[in-house]
Amino acid sequence: MTAANPPSQLDPVTGALRLHGDWTLARFDQLQPLLESRGGPNAPKQIDLGGISRLDSAGALLIARLLYREKLSLEVIVADAPGQRALIAAALHTLHTPVAHPPGRRWSDLFAHAGEASMEIVNQVKRLLGFIGEVAAAVPGVALRPRRWRVTSLVHHIEQTGLDALPIVALLTFMVGAVITFLGATVLQEFGASVFAVELVGFSFLREFGVLLTAILLAGRTASAFTAQIGAMKSREEIDAIRTLGMDPIEVLVIPRMLALLIVLPLLTVVAMVCGILGGLVICATQLDISPAMFLNRFQDTFEIRHFWVGMVKAPVFAVVIALIGCLEGFKVAGSAESVGQRTTSSVVQTIFLVILLDALFALLFQEIGW
Amino acid sequence: MSAAAGENVIEVRGLISQFGSQRVHDALDLDVRRGEILGVVGGSGTGKSVLMRSIVGLREPDGGSVRVFGQNLLTVSTAERRKIEQRFGVLFQDGALFSSLTVSENVEVPLREQFGHLNAAQRQMLADLKIGLAGLPDSAGDKYPSQLSGGMRKRAALARSLALDPDILFLDEPTAGLDPIGAAAFDQLIRTLRDALGLTVFLITHDLDTLYTICDRVAVLAEKQVLINAPLREVEAFDHPWVRDYFHGPRGRAAQAATGKTSLG
Repeated sequence: MTAANPPSQLDPVTGALRLHGDWTLARFDQLQPLLESRGGPNAPKQIDLGGISRLDSAGALLIARLLYREKLSLEVIVADAPGQRALIAAALHTLHTPVAHPPGRRWSDLFAHAGEASMEIVNQVKRLLGFIGEVAAAVPGVALRPRRWRVTSLVHHIEQTGLDALPIVALLTFMVGAVITFLGATVLQEFGASVFAVELVGFSFLREFGVLLTAILLAGRTASAFTAQIGAMKSREEIDAIRTLGMDPIEVLVIPRMLALLIVLPLLTVVAMVCGILGGLVICATQLDISPAMFLNRFQDTFEIRHFWVGMVKAPVFAVVIALIGCLEGFKVAGSAESVGQRTTSSVVQTIFLVILLDALFALLFQEIGW
Repeated sequence: MSAAAGENVIEVRGLISQFGSQRVHDALDLDVRRGEILGVVGGSGTGKSVLMRSIVGLREPDGGSVRVFGQNLLTVSTAERRKIEQRFGVLFQDGALFSSLTVSENVEVPLREQFGHLNAAQRQMLADLKIGLAGLPDSAGDKYPSQLSGGMRKRAALARSLALDPDILFLDEPTAGLDPIGAAAFDQLIRTLRDALGLTVFLITHDLDTLYTICDRVAVLAEKQVLINAPLREVEAFDHPWVRDYFHGPRGRAAQAATGKTSLG
């Protein structure tokens, strides 16, 4: 391309538009305004491609747009190299069917979004209740026929959700137990009652923290895993395959997972209680001059079995919530990989929210009945 | 377009690809000439996709060399390599569209990244062109990949691979999953683009109709090597059990009868 030849030049006498140089994507931003202004009275009668050194689809698009706007035929193109006319024709063809684009966003979309989100919550509650019903209806049929117990699957899930989670549950509750004892002792010391730290850690872990911490950990660890597993199966049509093979996805996928959590969560809760109290014991021995023997003695004197049951009775409820929401969100996955991520997030948020909500309701209930 | 037609744009020499103890390619040689449509055929598991991934630089060869435009992708600097990679358009088997973006946003991604000076309207103009060229219906632009059928996803992915007007187009089974009318239109589209843009096309396919209608040469992958890389007539006549079964089985004969007389090979 030489400086003497501008990219496009209109001959005022013959009405021929002569194009020069590279008409490619790299210069599209400069070339585009040039041809967009050629219309109406100074529309070309002829387009001469003789001076073009390179033409790609971006350049062809500009020529095609000019032809389309001025309703010119391909015949006005002269001195084209082989293939160039076909390329312009192909570009011209695409202009006849405009491509749909989403409308731009407006601030009023905020209201629509808020409405959608509210309806989503209502629908979610409906679906969860429906799903609970579906599973409840499937359980007796399976329970009465030992042949349909999926023992291998059950053991696999017990290992994944229970055994593999054991170290993290033990470590975490040990540390929380230590922290609570330390905090409590600091406050109680001012009243000369630091020995009550034993009751503090004992009660709180038996009644609340043992089961709550375990459930929150499993909500993050297991509910997300269930959603991702089932979601990946859904997006690869494996769920549909299960149905067409005459099996029930709830029986094959949901019941073993729920049963595994029903077995595992109470067991892990006991571990959590023991480890939390152990954390308190270690802090008492090292920081508060309460020897382990004294700690255990005091614990035994104040211990009542009802505290243990208040904690334990919540474990199966949380297990069902975690398993069902994890599985339900998995079934809601649609198509894309992105959807698996969205549903996994949603399942963790929902399970943690519901676990804490239910725990608060249980606390109110036990308060009322005086336990 | 300064280089003469017929010159090799891709040269694979002594390529070795190995997965664990399993060797997929053993001292494989392949040439792709400028401006041709090369069909790559072979049974399942003969490493057609692996060969493509080795050429575009997604997989490091376990031996041998791959030269593209006369340069070895493994030894050039990263900046050089990016420049060469910009001249590739790749259509993956399942499309590999970004699932969180609409079709037209998908096509705009390479434009946005490589040609930042274009404004939004210009980008959209170019994206619309590629969507139209790929033969997508007009309503497809604002759809998400998960809302499209398999064939439409292919076309959307082709639109994206064409976004930067590549010199070499790599197509991994482009007509698989398309209905016969759509597949034939797709073949014609590839030929039109090749003729107009001087594209070189590396086309992995199982579709005999595609081979007969648009491929200039055909490379047969078997026994860990390229058995033959030649115009279709010579490949048909090649004496090898797999080649015989492939071209002279019932489907091969049907494709021959339908298009053999007008075959470019």
